[in-house]
Amino acid sequence: MPSLDKTVAEPMIVFDGVEKRFGDNVVLSELSFTVAPGEHVCLIGPSGSGKTTILRLLMTLEKCDGGTISVAGQSLSHMTHNGRRVPADEKHVRDVRKRIGMVFQQFNLFPNMTVRGNLIEAPTRVLGMSKDEANARATELLDLVGLGDRIDSHPTQLSGGQQQRVAIARALAMRPDVLLLDEVTSALDPELVAGVLKLLRDIGSSTDITFLCVTHEMGFARDFSDRVMMFDGGRVIEDAAPEKLFTAPEHERTQAFLHAVVDR
Amino acid sequence: MDNLGTFLSVLSQGLPFTIIATVGGILLTIVLSFVAGLALLSSSKTVRVISRIYVEGLRGTSEVVQLFWIFFALPVLVGFQIVPIWAGILVLGLNHGAYGAEIVRGAVQSVPRAQVEGAIALNLTPGQRMRRVVLPQAVVEMMPPFNNLFIQLLKSTSLLSFVSINEITRQAQQVLVPRFNPQAFEIFLLLLVMYLILSLVITAIMRTLERVAAARVGRRPSARSRRQATGAGVA
Amino acid sequence: MNVWDWSFAAQILPALLDGLRITLIATVLGSLIAFVLGLVLAILGRGPTPVRIVVRAIVEFIRSTPLLVQVYFLFFVLPTFGVVLPALTVGVLALGVHYATYTSEVYRAGIDAVPRGQWEATTALSLPRMRVWTGVVLPQAIPRVLPALGNYVISMFKETPLLIGIGVYDIVGQVREVGGQSFRYVEAYTLAGLLFLLLSYPASLAVRRLERRSAVPR
Ligand SMILES: Nc1ncnc2c1ncn2[C@@H]1O[C@H](COP(=O)(O)OP(=O)(O)OP(=O)(O)O)[C@@H](O)[C@H]1O
Ligand SMILES: [Mg+2]
Repeated sequence: MPSLDKTVAEPMIVFDGVEKRFGDNVVLSELSFTVAPGEHVCLIGPSGSGKTTILRLLMTLEKCDGGTISVAGQSLSHMTHNGRRVPADEKHVRDVRKRIGMVFQQFNLFPNMTVRGNLIEAPTRVLGMSKDEANARATELLDLVGLGDRIDSHPTQLSGGQQQRVAIARALAMRPDVLLLDEVTSALDPELVAGVLKLLRDIGSSTDITFLCVTHEMGFARDFSDRVMMFDGGRVIEDAAPEKLFTAPEHERTQAFLHAVVDR
Repeated sequence: MDNLGTFLSVLSQGLPFTIIATVGGILLTIVLSFVAGLALLSSSKTVRVISRIYVEGLRGTSEVVQLFWIFFALPVLVGFQIVPIWAGILVLGLNHGAYGAEIVRGAVQSVPRAQVEGAIALNLTPGQRMRRVVLPQAVVEMMPPFNNLFIQLLKSTSLLSFVSINEITRQAQQVLVPRFNPQAFEIFLLLLVMYLILSLVITAIMRTLERVAAARVGRRPSARSRRQATGAGVA
Repeated sequence: MNVWDWSFAAQILPALLDGLRITLIATVLGSLIAFVLGLVLAILGRGPTPVRIVVRAIVEFIRSTPLLVQVYFLFFVLPTFGVVLPALTVGVLALGVHYATYTSEVYRAGIDAVPRGQWEATTALSLPRMRVWTGVVLPQAIPRVLPALGNYVISMFKETPLLIGIGVYDIVGQVREVGGQSFRYVEAYTLAGLLFLLLSYPASLAVRRLERRSAVPR
């Protein structure tokens, strides 16, 4: 739960007038919102409304065409050099990126490495951790996600749910301040969904990581988040606490969307 | 048939040259394939253009012409004659490296974009992404077409007989045929069988390597056999 | 002696072009054999098991061994059976047979790509065997293999010079002649290389274009 001072403190994520186009297709225009440190925010909205694009922009997998995105006060696209604002170089981007982790819908585990390899690769090579330290952390995280005995398996030998748990552990291994989750359960068989969501709830309540998740699991959005943002046509059309948004949505589109999703 | 022993021993004298040229050519091919193939994917336009010129230039001219050019024209330009076997390896490597560059480029591009994005999300550097994530997966894809390419290279070593390198084809054509002309059938059949065995050795090695590489990415060795990878038409 | 002499280059060009004519003739005739024989091999390769095994074995053997040795084989062995042919004819035969093993694989892939339903439909209509091939399967298979066949024609064009091994006076044969007489190799071999590039590069661009146009989802 966000305490009051968190919302007053400097926001962790800021979108300010962000615009994103793919060719002529304007996906996001004049998008502005902030997320406070430690806040859990869920993005909901119809398919194609630009939710994934927001996460990808934050992860620097896409470049924005206008406006600014900052994480912990640092812009993703610009930096200050000799007192002037100049386009960000690779080093600056990597610095900001260090704070952000992402879990993908399709897991994106590296098939050429074991589970252990996936977990220690970035900590040793990016954070400069020692092998021992990284291994200890990997074991600890795998225990957390309930896969302590699978450390030497290959990703392909794991079920979808297990792979997604490994992917979550891999993201946590980088000790991110912000964790981006893009429909992390939608590639999973129905009986595996609950386990992964429970894991996320546990992580959410035991850490002060800032979460930004895209999800179609309305039950999860409702009890996990501090705030829910409803998206349509590339803009936030409703932004409210989950109790409010799910029980008494103001906007017509939100009502229609929730209706459609719940009646599924 | 009593000359078979003679044939075998004369041909065998050429075997070291054939094998050295093949192995040397393959090593140079691998190096050039990776350098030029990755250069084709470079973000710098200059690098891409230079690599493109190399690839198209060597694929567009005849290997026999390249061989004679290196043997007869290059010495005039640089002022000295390269040791024949080295010059032979150079031509084999340069020529097949140009084909290999396209193999490397294609295999790297076939690695799903999602893998690169996974690596970006973990903040790996561009170099680490390529070395640690993309290449190990791409290598599996490269094995069948490289197998074909190496067999093409083995076959091309026979061209070295034109420039007085005493490899097995030259042994047959220059030493044996003049002496045992009526037995040309046996001589050349034996020679062809030697090439067949060498190419089977290459295939066996490449299949093993493919199995190892596939196991490392947690895949079963693909059922794709040599024949299917032939479409590219490296000849 | 300077390295490049333009007037010498101009002087040898006619001889090179004359050699190029031979190279092109060999390529065209060799390709015709490769197209026809390759198709025959591909169809036989789908025949009853014993035939299939024999055909596959022959194809593998020829593909895995050097064209140059096969050229010598025909050139030196045929006369021992009383068959004496001009060198160019031997060369064309060897090129055709060698490349037929490549084109047979191309045809095979093209035939495999014809949907199963098409074969079943011909059975349902009780079409005669010949008609199945000429009326249904090949008309669908051949258009999509044209780019691959084109690539092999270009490859063959570039391999033709090895016929100098049996004394065919193609472009490289001419180069050796004029280069050898004057000891000016740089112009001769460079020009020969450029002539190859001049023909084969545009040809491969054309094939790539054809490839893109006829790209069928696999
Ligand atoms: N790489 C791309 N190239 C072109 N258009 C793209 C690309 N990525 C996304 N788009 C377009 O941007 C729009 C928003 O896509 P996005 O993936 O962000 O939607 P989403 O809200 O995540 O949808 P879903 O719920 O289906 O995942 C869509 O219209 C999509 O077609
Ligand atoms: Mg999405």
